[in-house]
Amino acid sequence: MRQKGMVNETHSSDSPRSGEIPEGRGRLPTVKPGVHPWTHWFFYPPESSMRVLPTRVRVLNFAAALGLIALALYLPFTRLETTWNWLAVYRYREKFLQGYLLTIGLSVAALILSTVFGVISALAGRARFLPLRYVNRIYVDLVRGTPLLVQILILYYVTANALGVTDRNVAGVIILSMSYGAYISEVIRAGIESVGKSQLESAKAIGLNTTQTYRYVIFPQALRQIMPSLAGQLVSLIKDSALLSIISVSEFTKNAQETGNITFSILECYLPLAAGYLILTLPISFLTRYLEGRSRFET
Amino acid sequence: MIEVKKLKKTFGRYAALHGVDLKVETGELIALLGPSGSGKTTLLRLIAGLEFADAEGGEILFDGQPVSDRPVGQRGVGFMFQSYALFRHLSVFENVAFGLRVRPSKTRPKETDLKARVNDLLQLVQLGDLGKRYPAQLSGGQRQRVALARALAIDPSVLLLDEPFGALDAKVRKELRRWLRELQRRLGLTTVFVTHDQEEALEIADRVVIMSTGRIEQIGTPQEVYDHPATPFVMEFLGEVNRMATTPTDTKNGASTYVRPHDIGLRRERTNGGAEELEAVVKLLIVRGANGRVELERIDNGERVEAQLSRARLEELNLKEGERVFIELLNAHSLVVDYSI
Repeated sequence: MRQKGMVNETHSSDSPRSGEIPEGRGRLPTVKPGVHPWTHWFFYPPESSMRVLPTRVRVLNFAAALGLIALALYLPFTRLETTWNWLAVYRYREKFLQGYLLTIGLSVAALILSTVFGVISALAGRARFLPLRYVNRIYVDLVRGTPLLVQILILYYVTANALGVTDRNVAGVIILSMSYGAYISEVIRAGIESVGKSQLESAKAIGLNTTQTYRYVIFPQALRQIMPSLAGQLVSLIKDSALLSIISVSEFTKNAQETGNITFSILECYLPLAAGYLILTLPISFLTRYLEGRSRFET
Repeated sequence: MIEVKKLKKTFGRYAALHGVDLKVETGELIALLGPSGSGKTTLLRLIAGLEFADAEGGEILFDGQPVSDRPVGQRGVGFMFQSYALFRHLSVFENVAFGLRVRPSKTRPKETDLKARVNDLLQLVQLGDLGKRYPAQLSGGQRQRVALARALAIDPSVLLLDEPFGALDAKVRKELRRWLRELQRRLGLTTVFVTHDQEEALEIADRVVIMSTGRIEQIGTPQEVYDHPATPFVMEFLGEVNRMATTPTDTKNGASTYVRPHDIGLRRERTNGGAEELEAVVKLLIVRGANGRVELERIDNGERVEAQLSRARLEELNLKEGERVFIELLNAHSLVVDYSI
């Protein structure tokens, strides 16, 4: 709604929006006359945004794509010679549910904690005191340069052990947060840098001190840039929480594995597992896409 | 009053300012004029406190008080950026109010006073009813006026504007610069602005400071610098000019003669055998609008000279390409090119 209003305002030559909105956005791309009418259902130029297409076209094409992918996924199953035993697995639904809830809990806790780590690390990266900047750089490079699985093993069996952290869930959340904090600090750094230098200078010019500048000028503007990437990090975080099964955190994946081992119904355990993760991640992916679209307009 | 004494600024190994002296009287409107790289923006930012001069690199005084060590927030200056740098996440009203809101509680105005003050400012910049809009919903000219109101909100003693009209299209530019001139007069605020547009500087400034390669070439009223340019650079920067080698008026050694196209008169006959007249051939005639341009070639040394005459005068002369005419230099400047720069 808001975007349309803005497009309408671009009639004046002095409008701040002219030139920023790519031409053709908001209008339906036209198809050359003389081509077969079916073309209107399936073919559009690559630069035409999916949002502006008619609903029937979007629904049809989405259904077609979904059908193709479902077929490709389904066909291998027809070659399997197994007898499905869903009932055996259904008896362990409580275990699944517990694991699922723990996965959600771990992910949300880790997202909050890793954002805290990320903010601290990003600020350290912009500190006047140089050693802090190097701490930030080394931390980010170490985390990004090693597999999460390896980080979990070393941090759990060595560091957490030495610090006397015995609760696996607590250790798991902290380890995930340590790792994701590094990625998030890079996201935040990029967000802060996206706020132009002249914004900082004009804040200083009207008398803001450094803290006020961060609080009232940088963060509110950086947040808009950061939100889509942060939502993307949450998706990764939810998926990567599965790796905590290696240190026996009884989250979703661990519990599914265990059920599979007890019932010998491996597939009947892993299919709901995949579905369970998708139920969590897909809405966030949609949200990310929505936020990305919004941040593009409101620069 | 702003005093700048022997100000030096070096970026790495690049010297942006080589010891600049300048005095701006209270209430004056000063233009810093020069091409890019002349140091005009650096000088403005040093006065603002957004940059600091080199160690031992001169002094800046506001009303006799040294301010060289104070950062921008403590100098009491209103600074308007070329890009305006409005806070995108705040409404027009909040953009203007911001400088007052963040003050420590001792000096912060009461909410009702603050509202009244901001609304007054918005009225002043003719944006009274747009307080609720966001910067993205404004035109370039409106944004510029919000930036101005924001700079004025902190009640500055000095207003500094970096290319205030740089981002606007030609028509809005002309309107706004006259408006700004009137506003500045009304407020009586000491103002320095940077521009590379000589027309803009000559039209609205009380005095113009012409800069080149980190030095001041000349300071003077628009009339002074235009009629009596101190250096060939000023002559050439302030408008089109013919640079001619030896002419009868040459007096100084190694000097060239500079004449603006509209300071050249053309005659069919030699008048009084005056020494100021040169003979030339008409090479090209272009009449467009109220004025016409004549491209000439001197017969004595083959130099090209361009003249600008009114349409009426051209019709009176009825020149044809290839004809011979006499050039009269109505206002010639003899200047020595200083190669040491």
